This record gives sequence, structure tokens and C-alpha cells, in this order.
Amino acid sequence: MIAFEHVTKRFGSWTAVESVSFTVAEGEFRVLIGPSGSGKSTVLRMINRLIPADEGVVRIDGEDIASLKPEELRRRMGYVIQSVGLFPHWTVERNIATVPALLGWPKARIRDRVTELLELLNLDPRRYRTAYPHQLSGGQQQRVGVARALAAEPRILLMDEPFSALDPITRSSLQAELSTIHRRTGTTVVFVTHDMDEALRLGDSIAVMDHGRMIQCATPLDILTRPASPLVRDLVGREEWGLKRLSVETVGDRARPHENLTGSPLASETPLHQALSEMVARGTERLPVVDGDGRPAGVLHLSDLVRPGSGGHA
Amino acid sequence: MNGAAGMAPRDLLTDRLMLGLAALVALVLGMPALKPLFATLYPTLDRPLYEAESFLRLTLDHMALVGLSSLAAILLGGGAGIAVTRPWGREFRGLLETLATMGQTFPPVAVLALAVPVIGFGAEPALIALTLYALLPVVENTIAGLEGVPAAVLDSARGLGMGPLEVLFRVELPLAAPVILAGVRTAVVINVGTAAIASTVGAKTLGLPIIVGLNGSNQAYVIQGALIVAALAVVIDAAFDRLARWATRWSQS
Repeated sequence: MIAFEHVTKRFGSWTAVESVSFTVAEGEFRVLIGPSGSGKSTVLRMINRLIPADEGVVRIDGEDIASLKPEELRRRMGYVIQSVGLFPHWTVERNIATVPALLGWPKARIRDRVTELLELLNLDPRRYRTAYPHQLSGGQQQRVGVARALAAEPRILLMDEPFSALDPITRSSLQAELSTIHRRTGTTVVFVTHDMDEALRLGDSIAVMDHGRMIQCATPLDILTRPASPLVRDLVGREEWGLKRLSVETVGDRARPHENLTGSPLASETPLHQALSEMVARGTERLPVVDGDGRPAGVLHLSDLVRPGSGGHA
Repeated sequence: MNGAAGMAPRDLLTDRLMLGLAALVALVLGMPALKPLFATLYPTLDRPLYEAESFLRLTLDHMALVGLSSLAAILLGGGAGIAVTRPWGREFRGLLETLATMGQTFPPVAVLALAVPVIGFGAEPALIALTLYALLPVVENTIAGLEGVPAAVLDSARGLGMGPLEVLFRVELPLAAPVILAGVRTAVVINVGTAAIASTVGAKTLGLPIIVGLNGSNQAYVIQGALIVAALAVVIDAAFDRLARWATRWSQS
């Protein structure tokens, strides 16, 4: 668990982060969002002590991180940045092996772990293991960046706008892969972005920052339906608000479980806005739903999409 | 990249390092054989070949002087360049750059002239003059090379848990190596030429036949010394070429 207790950071006369307190639970995917200069990256970099706090305490599992050796603290966390920062003179394999090598893992274990991670990030190990970063596309480089961060099985993964520089298609597939990895490993993720769609898609919870303060920390649904201030409303944007509202709930949340229908089904974890798109594309008002194991899980009606859902107070 | 051992005869003829080495060895060992040639070119000279010292002895001493002064410049200049790019040394950067520039703008002859009364004749004043002279390119390129390491690479190195020394030796120096090497190359090649002047204060270098020749109006001596100095400079330059390619091998794939 990560806990900030009244943490303040100043750069000269400018206060980047002002008395911020929050906790991130074990296994949670927390997104930090805000305009540039809001202090979100500073908060992230205070978690691994790349930036030391001026006032207040940052705790990991109850332990004040100021009492830990910074290198040891950082080796327990994954770190991914927007400009990737792969070591250009090292192969993909050696890049991914950075932290395991620092921790002194045996060679065979490192090799197996690299293979496993390349496969996890959809990079063919035979082709990419010995490649150098400059031989990869931007998307592939960031896949390696994520693999490198995950290498030593960290319990916390820190990501600073990791997908912002990528094209929309690559970004979207990496977001999907990150979601899968998060679900599968249960790693706690703190993810900085300025893109609300990305925040709504990935976050279990979203913390909105402005002028060094945390102005709202809530579930994606609450951020959409109960914005704490005009800034939060602006970040969400009025355009396509309805579709964003649908994107934070899944087919499984709204389907009528005791009904049955034949036809090509949707998975219950499909976001509702995709279900709407599917209805429009197929020209139907009802779609069958299946659960994760492919068993029938009810039917979704078009009218279910406009019925206020759980927590819907819009 | 081919090692010399794996080279076809054809490559030997087109490789600058191999050609230069062959020329150097031939000149150093075969100079006495050229005595008739110099006798023909300069018929008025009593002694058309420098024979006071063997050219092998002079070449080895020359190389030792260049090697030692360059090594000292790399250790001092490289160390100082690293120090002023660390957070704790940043404020000394201006001072260091001023000192290094002064070291290079000071004519080596003047350093020699000033050092002799204090240290005496011989190789020591030459060593000091050459070291000072080589300092600037090493310092400047060490700083430039280290500053050229991308900020994102440093950020991720620290963020992944490398300590300051790990960041320096595993990331910064390997990435700065091509630029630092270019500075060392400049310094060494300049020193091969400058070391010849050191013979004026009694250091036995390839400058000895040149200076004796100049004093005694013996052009044959001057040419003999200068030819070997030039061949030595070519060999060293070509060797650095190799080294630079090796240091950037990862970017060539």
C-alpha cells in the first residue's frame, strides 16, 4: 500500500505539490490526471524518491521511504516514462534484464524471465531478444520499456504518461495489454496521464490534480457523474459525455441475466459504449451476452443503456 | 568487424592501420638502408644518416612520452570532466574549463622553458608540458560526451534503481565513449607532433634528429625524423578509428 501524508514539494518559490494526502490500495490501478504543471508527475516521482518530499511522509506498506536506501526502494518498483529511456547500447534482452541483473539473479532465471516478458508483451523472443532499441518502432520500444519495468516482478508499477507519444492504434493495444497484465499480476499501478479517455479506460480510481493539490479522488463513474469542481468537468469534457459514461461500465453490469437469445454474443466485460456501437452496426436492439468462460449470461437491451446504472446520478 | 588476423591480403593493402604500421616498421628498422638515397639527395652532407641513436630507441622513447602524458591527461582530464558533471562538482566547471583552455593556449615551448629551471632537463618537463597540452580536448569532450547522454536514459537508469556509480559506468561512460574518444584522439595525435619539440630540453624523442638537423643545417636528419613522426601519427589515428568503431558497434547493426 502507498500512503501520502500531507506531502509538500517546493522547487524554489514554486510549490509543485501542496499538502497532498492519499492512499493507493494493494492491487489498485490508480490514475493521476491533471493539466500540465498540476504536480501529478512530481507525486509519481516522490513514490520512488526520484524527488524527495520537503514535508510530510510517503509510506510503502507503512514504512517511511525516507528511511530506505533509494536504490533498493526503486528496484522493488517498476518505472516507465513517456520517452521510454531504453539504454541504446544494450540489447532488448539486457535492457529488460536491468533490475534482475542489479538484484543478482542467476543467468538462467534472467533468461527465462526475459522470454516470458517478451511473450507477455507480444514481442517474438527469437526476433527481438538480441535487437537494439534503435531497430524497434516507438510502440515496440515502449513494450520493451514495460517489460523492463515488470522484470523483477515489482509489487508497484509507476508509469508517467507511458503511452502519450504513441499513435492511437498502438496506444489502444498497449492500454489493453496493460489492463490484462494488471488483472493477471495484481500489481499496484500508479499511472500519470493527461488523457481522460485513457484514465477512464484504465483506472480503478482516478485522482485529479490541479495546482499541486488533489481536488478529487474517485471511481471513473463518480468522476463522470459527480465531478467535484468545474475543472474536473472540463477534463471530462462535455463532448461525447454519454459515450464516456457508457465506457466506464460493462455489458455484464446491465445485461438481463435470465433472458436468452441466439446470435453472436458479447463478452460480459465489454464496455457498454462498444455494445452500443455493436447494436448500431448490427441494426439490432438486443444482444446475447456470455461470461468469461463463454457460458450464456443474459441479454442486453438498448433500453438498458439509457437506464440509470449503479451510482448514476447524472 | 574484422580482426587483423582474419583479413584477406587484399584488405591488408586497403586498411589504413595495417598500411601505416607496415610503413612505420619499415621506416624505423630500414632507415639505415636508405643511407645511399639520402647521400644521393644531399651530396654535400658528410653524414647523410642520423646515427647517434637508433631510430628504434627514439621511436620507443617517443611513444613512451606520448603514452604517459596522454594517460595522465586522460586520468586527470577525464576524472575532472566526470567530477564537474556530478551534482557536487558542478560549480567547479567554469574554473576547470578555464584552466584547461589556459593549458592549451600556453605554447608548449614556453611550458618547457619554464619547467626546466624548476625540474631540470630530461623527460620530466616534457611530460608536464604534453600533459597540460592534452588536457583541454580530453576535458571538453568528457563534459560534452556526458552531457549528451539523453535525460530520459538517465531518468530511467535512476528510476530502475541504479546507484550513482552504476549509472556512470554502465550507462553514462559507454554512451559518452565515442565523444570522449574523439577528444583523446585529438590530444594524442597532437602530442605525437608536439613531443618532437621536447627534444629541445633533452628528452630523447624523434625530435632529436629534427633539432640536430635544424641546428646543423642537415636536412636529411630533419626528413628522417619527420617521416617517422608522420607515420606514427597515421598509425595512432587509424588505431583510434578502430577503437571508435568498436565503441559504437551497437549503433551499426
